[in-house]
Amino acid sequence: MKVAFTLNDQKMDWCGLPATRLAAALRDDLGLTGTKVGCDAGDCGACTVRLDGRQVCACLVAMGQMAGRTVETVEGLAAKDGRLAALQESFLTYGAAQCGICTPGMLMAAHDLLSRQPRPERAAVEEALGGVLCRCTGYSKIVEAVLAVGASKPAVIPEAGGAVGARVPRVDGVAKITGRDLFGADVMPADTLWIRVVRSPHARARFTVGDLAPLRARLAAVLTADDIPFNGYGIYPDVKDQPVLAAGQVRYRGEAVLALVGERTAVLAVRDEDVPIAWAPEPPLLGIDAATVPQAPLVQADKPRNLLLDGGVRRGDPAGAFARCTAVAEGMFETSFVEHAYIEPEAGWARRVGDRIEIHATTQTPYMDRDEIANVMRLSPEAVRIVPTACGGGFGGKLDLSVQPLIAVAAWQLGCPVALVYTRPESMAASTKRHPARVRAKFGCDAEGRLLACDVTATFDTGAYASWGPTVANRVPVHAMGPYAMPNVRTWGEAFFTNGPPAGAFRGFGVPQAAIAHEAMMDELADRLGIDRLEFRHRNALRVGDTTATGQKLDHSAGLPQCLDALRPHWRKAHEEVSAFNAKDGPRRRGVGIGCMWYGIGNTSMSNPSRMRVGLSVDGVLTLYNGALDIGQGSNTIMTQIVADAVGLPAGQFALVSGDTDLTADAGKTSASRQTFVSGRAAEAAGRDLRRQILRLANAGADARLSLEGTVLTVRDGTETHSLDLAKVGPLMGEGTFDPPTTPLDADGQGIPYATYAFAAQMATVEVDIELGTVKVLHIVAAHDVGKAINPTLVEGQIEGGIAQGLGLALMEEYLPGRTENLHDYLIPTVGDVPEIECLLIEDREPLGPSGAKGVGEPGLVPTAPAILGAVHHATGVRAHRVPLLPHRLREAILAGKGRKA
Amino acid sequence: MGDYRQPDRLEEALEALIRPHAVLAGGTDFYPARVGRTVEEDILDISRIKGLRGISRNGAGWRLGATTTWSELLAADLPPLFDGLKQAAREVGGRQIQNAGTLAGNLCNASPAADGVPPLLALDAEVELASRTGVRRLALSKFIVGNRRTQLSPGELLVAIHVPKHATIARSSFLKLGARRYLVISIVMAAATLEIADDRVAAARVAVGACSAVAQRLPLLEVALVGAPFDSRLAERVEPVHLAPLAPIDDVRGSAAYRLDAAVTVLRRLLAEVAS
Repeated sequence: MKVAFTLNDQKMDWCGLPATRLAAALRDDLGLTGTKVGCDAGDCGACTVRLDGRQVCACLVAMGQMAGRTVETVEGLAAKDGRLAALQESFLTYGAAQCGICTPGMLMAAHDLLSRQPRPERAAVEEALGGVLCRCTGYSKIVEAVLAVGASKPAVIPEAGGAVGARVPRVDGVAKITGRDLFGADVMPADTLWIRVVRSPHARARFTVGDLAPLRARLAAVLTADDIPFNGYGIYPDVKDQPVLAAGQVRYRGEAVLALVGERTAVLAVRDEDVPIAWAPEPPLLGIDAATVPQAPLVQADKPRNLLLDGGVRRGDPAGAFARCTAVAEGMFETSFVEHAYIEPEAGWARRVGDRIEIHATTQTPYMDRDEIANVMRLSPEAVRIVPTACGGGFGGKLDLSVQPLIAVAAWQLGCPVALVYTRPESMAASTKRHPARVRAKFGCDAEGRLLACDVTATFDTGAYASWGPTVANRVPVHAMGPYAMPNVRTWGEAFFTNGPPAGAFRGFGVPQAAIAHEAMMDELADRLGIDRLEFRHRNALRVGDTTATGQKLDHSAGLPQCLDALRPHWRKAHEEVSAFNAKDGPRRRGVGIGCMWYGIGNTSMSNPSRMRVGLSVDGVLTLYNGALDIGQGSNTIMTQIVADAVGLPAGQFALVSGDTDLTADAGKTSASRQTFVSGRAAEAAGRDLRRQILRLANAGADARLSLEGTVLTVRDGTETHSLDLAKVGPLMGEGTFDPPTTPLDADGQGIPYATYAFAAQMATVEVDIELGTVKVLHIVAAHDVGKAINPTLVEGQIEGGIAQGLGLALMEEYLPGRTENLHDYLIPTVGDVPEIECLLIEDREPLGPSGAKGVGEPGLVPTAPAILGAVHHATGVRAHRVPLLPHRLREAILAGKGRKA
Repeated sequence: MGDYRQPDRLEEALEALIRPHAVLAGGTDFYPARVGRTVEEDILDISRIKGLRGISRNGAGWRLGATTTWSELLAADLPPLFDGLKQAAREVGGRQIQNAGTLAGNLCNASPAADGVPPLLALDAEVELASRTGVRRLALSKFIVGNRRTQLSPGELLVAIHVPKHATIARSSFLKLGARRYLVISIVMAAATLEIADDRVAAARVAVGACSAVAQRLPLLEVALVGAPFDSRLAERVEPVHLAPLAPIDDVRGSAAYRLDAAVTVLRRLLAEVAS
């Protein structure tokens, strides 16, 4: 069918099948990949465009219906000369784009509103944006940006030496707000073949594959387990337990079994029922109890008792100390599988280049991908090149391999480019999840409210494969006592295999689950002794000079008391407001709650070095070679700010090469809140190294001021001025590395697991509808000790985004295989669910960090659920023992009697 | 690859339906059912048939064309009788879905949680079903017969929804309970239309959705409301026993017991609101 329509003020003729989705036509046929596809089902709004002046999901519009109509996409927002629209400027200035995958949809939804209502109120903005999901920002900065259009403050452009601490707009921001940023599904060569993965409908089954010849005749290839040179991968060098394609048995619903390779329409036309697989389902082990009963069948044949790993921390004499406690609180807390729900599904393509394989895919960890693909393909690591695309959200879920091994094997075999883009249900079924946890906690204190002892056992459902399970089981015992001075400690972490989806890395590595338990214990003890909940925490907060449960003396940067001090006035005010509200009758009851956390930055007792380089070419081009992958959190910008000040030249003069394993050094994975601290410190060292070289060439002192114009580098040292002509000096390259100093933990968990810790305290005010069991979070104040905010806008963005995910964890998110494999049954917070958030940045300098900075990626999420749940208890007397606290769970607990279990 | 028919006239559409076609209008249910696979069935796109779109008034009441979108309904000049249906329209998906999704699509998709069904039941709506052999009308309560099941016969198309007018003043309202603010499938929803004479309820129609395979009217509650003064004390008339027609299930959104419990609260608030 031929269709003529108007696209961004231009007449367009399109030809194709009439049932083609508008989103697909824009992206695949017309080359406008600014319109993103997150679900193809109208659930996420990423593909929002304007059609005849109204916002619609382009994934739900048939091209057959497009004749004579008018479409506006993100590419049409800026003026023809490239001048950004006021809305785009505002998004840039206010930090409204993080990963950028929802940004085009957000912009178009906001544009739709502003075209009717140029100066909207907040409520109207929320209504207009209600159909677009964002997983990064917590919506705060998006709403702020829309409200500020036309009255927007000017962007900050720092001078030399002034980048660190400035609210510099994202260096990759313009690409994100114009739709030009290229994600995993956005660019593929014209002759690319496509993969459709056939996945297990069963959580546990044996299977045999029948005659594939008829399928192979229709397609370019059908890959089975036999096609994978080394059919196992996994995070740890000694645990390669997850097959790329299952071999005869599957261990979770959604596990990959076959890969159909061919023309895109050909592979998508193959129905599962056309694939000859004979299934013999077996009863699956679902949940910790099923996996731990005596004689339970094994998930992994070589893992007795289905135990992946256990271990803990022991210090002092908990049993003896409990006997001396005035108050002892105990409780058990359970959490569910939680889905990362990044709006960009896993996507990428690969091609063979001579004897090397080149992978362009969305990822959080290019070098780990490189080594893992080399292992799977039995190639040397140098034969693998990872070229990361823009990453549309990760949160830990893109640390594991997804599309990479299949596209690599297929491209290698077939000698042509091969792509794989997960559908939303596929992404949800196949990818890792947050570990469901069962945390048993017992905490005791003396009559003055001084904590004396704790005993915590955290049991995790690690699903079918190890993934990051060991990381969770190791990290949690170190954190499970909470950010408090605690003389007598027993903590234990253990993870068991089940036939659930592989539980992996998810923002916080198990610590958010443990925090729900230790913070409930703090509330109970404080209430028991009649001590204010904030003051109780303040009394026990770890501070400089204290020794942690692993025997680590905190010499610097332990700012929890300052965080609590900063919260105190807000806390008192909130109590007054809540009391006034609750004095009225009615079914709505308000409460205020508080949560604290600490979080070790970087790997637990393991080396995790970063290496950064910064070059100055003979053409006068400054380039940061940055292997620290920006997954939306802003490391491209943070690293640029740090390196700019370390060199002493304006941040705006630095070009960026990011992530490509052929061009950048290994800066480790984007996880464990480590990039600002570890890679940032390496970037600082690289910048200083380049500066040293420059100063040496100019024979100038350390305080000299630099400026760069064309190929001339000018060094002003006091009254002397040296000019270096780079064309003559030759290229310069500064390099820096950093590996945070840690020590291994002994059998009792004693040692130095992390070089530094982030601290935070958040408070939440909620309104509970007693009759319906619904919870509306009204306000959150978040105080975070970040060491030093390299870029306050980006730091706030991390905190606000973490809070939104913490809110989801507390109130609505529960992944159930086969039942919530889409974004309408699996709920993440919308713009209407996240309250206004106030961030209070505490800067207790960490001497090891760049300019004193620590990490903030995960800490934003950790205290949120405890604060919300504490507020619900304050409002209702109900202590939540299972999250998410869905309306029916809370209502049932309220009916069962105040103060009882939920 | 299937056929794609896009007639301008209803007669052509009905002619096409001699063979089975997937009917396409707003696409908001059509495409989500086809994620990650090619579309191969024959498609009848009814979006170009002018007579199926828009809202008109006649002697007996109002005719809501099948392909009228939720946004068009919201923009239409309609009496307070339609307030409940408009409130439901604002709760259907996000703006994107309201701008594309159609009223008839919501009915034909026949989800137990279809936002349009309780308010249309409370409006005593009928559906107009056309085929080559003629036209018939069916009460909405008879049209949807189960989870994703309707009385639409092969060859038939839902062409309009009819809402009768009332001799007296009528007020209506809608209330939806979900686990998040936007883009949410109801755990419980309810709609009511009350006809008022002499400041008393002369007739009542109340329906609850997402608490049974098909949204249900609550005749016992309706009887209990008739004759009551039209004020916020109407809420006090709701009793759990009135929920007898409901048969909720446990699912990912809530337990059956919770749904029944919440339905009482939702109904009480709904009646308080409609009378305010």
